[in-house]
Amino acid sequence: MSELSITVLRFGFLILLWALVLSSIAVLRADLYGTRVTSRGKGRNKRRDDARADKVAAPSRSATGVRTGSISTSSKAVGHLAVISGPLKGTTIPLGTAPILIGRSPTCTLVIDDDYCSAKHCRIFPENDEWRIEDLGSTNGTFLDNQRVSDPMPFKRGDSVRLGATALELRS
Amino acid sequence: MSTVSEIRVRAGRRSEMALLAISWVIIVLARAQVDYNAAYLEISVIALYGLGTAVLMIAAHVVLDKVAPNADPVLLPAVFALNGVGIAEIHRIDLAEDTSFANAQMIWMALGVTAMIVVLLVLRDHRKLRRYTYTAGVVGLVLYLLPLVPGLGITVNGARIWISILGHSMQPGEFAKIALVIFFAGYLVTNRDTLALAGPKFLGMRFPRPRDMGPLLLVWAAAMLIMVYERDLGASLLFFGIFLGMLYVATQRLSWVLTGAGLFFIGGTVAALTIPHVRSRFDAWLHALDADTYASGTSEQLVRGLFGMASGGLFGTGLGNGRPDLVPYAESDFIIASLGEELGLTGLMAILTLYLIVVQRAFRAAIGVRDGFGKLLASGLGFTIAIQVFIVVGGVTRVIPLTGLTAPFLAYGGSSLLANWIVLALLLRVSDMARRPSEEAVPA
Repeated sequence: MSELSITVLRFGFLILLWALVLSSIAVLRADLYGTRVTSRGKGRNKRRDDARADKVAAPSRSATGVRTGSISTSSKAVGHLAVISGPLKGTTIPLGTAPILIGRSPTCTLVIDDDYCSAKHCRIFPENDEWRIEDLGSTNGTFLDNQRVSDPMPFKRGDSVRLGATALELRS
Repeated sequence: MSTVSEIRVRAGRRSEMALLAISWVIIVLARAQVDYNAAYLEISVIALYGLGTAVLMIAAHVVLDKVAPNADPVLLPAVFALNGVGIAEIHRIDLAEDTSFANAQMIWMALGVTAMIVVLLVLRDHRKLRRYTYTAGVVGLVLYLLPLVPGLGITVNGARIWISILGHSMQPGEFAKIALVIFFAGYLVTNRDTLALAGPKFLGMRFPRPRDMGPLLLVWAAAMLIMVYERDLGASLLFFGIFLGMLYVATQRLSWVLTGAGLFFIGGTVAALTIPHVRSRFDAWLHALDADTYASGTSEQLVRGLFGMASGGLFGTGLGNGRPDLVPYAESDFIIASLGEELGLTGLMAILTLYLIVVQRAFRAAIGVRDGFGKLLASGLGFTIAIQVFIVVGGVTRVIPLTGLTAPFLAYGGSSLLANWIVLALLLRVSDMARRPSEEAVPA
């Protein structure tokens, strides 16, 4: 064999080694990229797209613990209560005329799964066209703008309330 | 509306066949090149060699198809390629030094493949191994400490890691690591909650409680014992590294790793300062190119290996054209340097990538499998290969002190090869479980 063919063999071997490596990776590529996004059904796609445009994604009831049934949403909306931090961050509750009970107990309107929250922690209720917040004797307290709430205090738009690891804000 | 779904993984037995074909060509071509360049090419020898390796591959493939049809398709070809390239290089050094390690290694390869097949046939479900958690632990420790038994252990090159039975010598530590991975997996899957959740917080990390440190200290003590009495730095590092890695996987707590690494660092430093054998290793590592150290012979092997790899350059001298035999133990501890010389950086990188693929597959199997024991087992075996490669390649390239471990599947050594094929069998078993389509994944 000539010098040339030896060189060809020498480089050919290296190329072959890398061919094995690269084809192994090619076999694995499905695994490396992991997931695939697929549309769900052909016929329904268009309708779904339209529906999505005017629908705001609401967290499911089981995920948020929000008991939608106990809130009266029929009256004109005054605003809503938004959870701005904590485990339920992103949840909003429309405010109607009914008071809102917040705590760990499953009977509350907003159920917060937080060790620093009492079973019935605090209450937000309407009085004379404004919302008030009242602490229900919680262990760790409710704070309205860093001030501990004991007697009912007015809860205005933009105020934020902190209980345990959760912060709430009244929004219009 | 769209959904995100995991791509259904094909079993891949056909891709495995194709990859095995490439790796067979690599194996045979490597051997033929060595023969041609370093001696003379005899077609009948090559044909026989090709036939033998083809039989092994087909046997492994067919058995896998029968008993582990969903097993990972790239593990087998990668390992065959590593083993075949190893044999070619060992044969190349045989030609230069007039030894016959390659023939022995080929027999060990055949035994290894057989062992793999037997393990796959016998062990249909890796979860059975969990029953033997503590048995495996005891067996592992005994195997590790076996070379210390007077009359049984023999000292080779200063390290007491061999035992001699009926004239045959073997390295029980290689098998011990499998037993210990099984033990750690079983132990950690039971106790990980206590290890993970309790303890004081310090520097933003939750540290283990002193009373939970028992197993860590026990393993540390055993690792130190191996280092001091068997003078085997590599095995002790491997042993402790596997434990730390699995502990991290089980608890997700960096604090364990830091505590453990700190302990090992202290132990290693003390050993480096007090034990002459370890100190000379450190010396050879830190001052390899000093005239004094080189002249005293402690760093000679290391430096020759470095020069060998340097002369290989980017593309190597070609299989059979270098002088890897100038390095002592070029066929076992320094096979990485030999390959670096003859295949160059390009070839060595391909080999390291093959290791990377094997390790990645181990961790992928760990992610995919559903039971905690399987997860820990697969990641532990992955760590075994990864740490061993790191210790060997790091030692040869002067990243860490040189220790006498073998490069898995590549280096000459029967015990090591056999043990690693068994590791592969376990990995294939776990990956088969991990990649099984979900409807048939949960047997009652």
